[in-house]
Amino acid sequence: MTSVSSGAKDSVRRITAVGRKEFLHVLRDPRSLALGILMPLIMLFLFGYALTLDVDRVPLAVWDQDNSPASRELISRFEGSRYFSLRSHATSYADLEQAVDRREALIALVIPPDFADRLEQPGSATIQVILDGSDPNTATIAQGYAEAIALSWSRQVVMQQLLRRAPYALKAPQLEIRPRVWFNTDLVSRNFIFPGLIPVIMMIVAALLTSLSMAREWETGTMEQLVTMPVRRWELIAGKLAPYFCIGVVDLLLSVGVGYYIFSVPLKGSLLLLSGLSLLFLVGALSVGMLISIIAKSQLLASQLALLVTVLPAFLLSGFIFPLENMPAPIQAVSHIVVARYFVTILRGIYLKDVGLAVLWPQALFLLGFALLILTVAVQKFRKKLG
Amino acid sequence: MFERLKAMLVKEFIQTFRDPRMRVVLFVLPMIQTVIFGYAVNMDVRKIPTAVIDRDNSPQSRELLQVLFASGHFRDSIRLDTEQQASRLLDAGSVRVALVINHGLAQQLGAGRTATIQALVDGSDSNTAGVILGYLSRFAEAQNIRLLTEKAARSGLTPSTAPRLESRAWFNPDLASPPFYVPAVIANILYIITMLLSAMAVVREKEIGTIEQVIVTPIRKYDFILGKTVPFVLIGYANVLLISLVGWLVFRVPVRGSIFLLILATGLFLMSSLGTGLFLSTISQTQQQAKMSAFFIIFIAMLLSGFAFPVDNMPLPVQWLTVINPVRWFMEIIRGLYLKGVGLSILWKQFGMLLLIGTMVLVTAVVRFRKTVG
Repeated sequence: MTSVSSGAKDSVRRITAVGRKEFLHVLRDPRSLALGILMPLIMLFLFGYALTLDVDRVPLAVWDQDNSPASRELISRFEGSRYFSLRSHATSYADLEQAVDRREALIALVIPPDFADRLEQPGSATIQVILDGSDPNTATIAQGYAEAIALSWSRQVVMQQLLRRAPYALKAPQLEIRPRVWFNTDLVSRNFIFPGLIPVIMMIVAALLTSLSMAREWETGTMEQLVTMPVRRWELIAGKLAPYFCIGVVDLLLSVGVGYYIFSVPLKGSLLLLSGLSLLFLVGALSVGMLISIIAKSQLLASQLALLVTVLPAFLLSGFIFPLENMPAPIQAVSHIVVARYFVTILRGIYLKDVGLAVLWPQALFLLGFALLILTVAVQKFRKKLG
Repeated sequence: MFERLKAMLVKEFIQTFRDPRMRVVLFVLPMIQTVIFGYAVNMDVRKIPTAVIDRDNSPQSRELLQVLFASGHFRDSIRLDTEQQASRLLDAGSVRVALVINHGLAQQLGAGRTATIQALVDGSDSNTAGVILGYLSRFAEAQNIRLLTEKAARSGLTPSTAPRLESRAWFNPDLASPPFYVPAVIANILYIITMLLSAMAVVREKEIGTIEQVIVTPIRKYDFILGKTVPFVLIGYANVLLISLVGWLVFRVPVRGSIFLLILATGLFLMSSLGTGLFLSTISQTQQQAKMSAFFIIFIAMLLSGFAFPVDNMPLPVQWLTVINPVRWFMEIIRGLYLKGVGLSILWKQFGMLLLIGTMVLVTAVVRFRKTVG
């Protein structure tokens, strides 16, 4: 009994010793430490203030060949919409081409010369819409807005025509779709981005900070000293992770705090659950960096690997901004091994939907399994041997 | 004089490519990244998983649903009986929208009254939710025009057809994502790889002490600088070629503009990225510092380059800030060359800015480098 507890005590002592050494390393390099905290802050503020996928005031060019009351009314509907901003009136296709090439117009309306006359005939009056396909995201959204404006205007035109022909009131049935938005009622994109941003930030910081910690020892030759120390492998890794764990916790607190106090992102669910699962994710993320560092042995390789194995998947395949549902099946399959994906789901669930472990247990289980697996592999891969 | 430079270059090439894993990282991973970007980054919202509670279950309600699902925007995932079931599925995120049609829809429409369909929308993904709301309101509007003209026809009036929109997308008729993102990957990869390599390669020599060996050789500062940059220029160009090939073979994304301008723009852009790398190597003592500083710059420059988040949507002060961001100008050039096939008459401003920024960064770096290293 005493030997077990004294063994545990020794373990703690050895971990503390390694941890202290690593802390000193971190403190001796204040710039890296500062960047490890500044980088998340800047990303939070960029995503909070500057970066948005919302599309409004799309630059619009118009070529009105008809110049009739009807065509002018249609154009004024586009002018009145907050989604478009009318920048130029063209008088030829060449004008439009110029405007699109110079990015002065992303969308252009061409109204044919006989537009008003055609409206009166049961034939077909068409309006041509030209989109700048070189920005397909914005073009698709702008096309949707244009269709909505044209549809509501069309309905009014049809209604007026019928009323003119049949002065007695024409009572037509109507369909109304009454939407009720749940979870993020005002569709604030910040509330959606923020919970997804936290996993990305933590993954980036954790991987960047730890990915060099072992490789550095190999490259500068201090690994020999570490190897000769009477420390077990897992104790060495635990001690080395300790300071980065602390930085990760600071980053987490900053992220949640900035979200709550500066960008007023509401946290509907349990803060306790959020903290617990975040720490679990942090351990997994740090272990990935550590594993890379152990395998790579060269700092240059380790930093490239960290970028490609952790940062890019966290950015692209976590559902943070780019919806996973739209991706082709093989890529969706790959996304299942991206740990950030599960944490994004967890945080969105806690932040926006106030769901608990009853719904989130599969994701939580994955975080736990991932952290244990990677830590074990890291300990196994780390050989206290030279050469 | 070229003897010394040649020796230095040989050493650098050996050092960079000695580790076979490094070769994979430098050449294979950029190609994989292009494929993932091309397939994965897609803001298109289609086949939205939808739950339906159809309590009316009339020919009219079934027809409305059929028209809605025929558009391809919504997927008829599951039919339910109660709102509780729908709420559970929305909680778990397995459906994004639930449509509730109550008893009496057919009757109300038949009597010329307003019938209501309720839509419960998961707003947690505000982008998708906004698109869903747009689809639903356009659907309702189109149905109303149909109901109106049908009623008119029944009353013996000529059904007038509503004006239609005919959309045509220039440069990219299907509005596909790969032509937009393949050039962006070139900009990203070039910036990351060349800046990181040049910054860390110099600092590595400092950190492990081999720089002293270099100093005692008869190599001059300019040979050293060239030796530390020329290999990465070549790696950069090789990546442009590889990514362009993958873009063409996998996604059929052609370069429409002048290849010469592409080569020129890449060169001007490399001045900025390698210059920044060199500069960072003069202010860093360890590779950890060099890497953290490089990533700090890389992330901000990436996010503010317009690769996914349009510069036009940023607040004005941030837009002014992007003027000094070389990635922004290179992104505009390379997208212009790839997608629009435009030339210098349109892109002269971007080329000018890239030249200006590149020269300033490179001169600053070289001056500082001469003073500090060795």
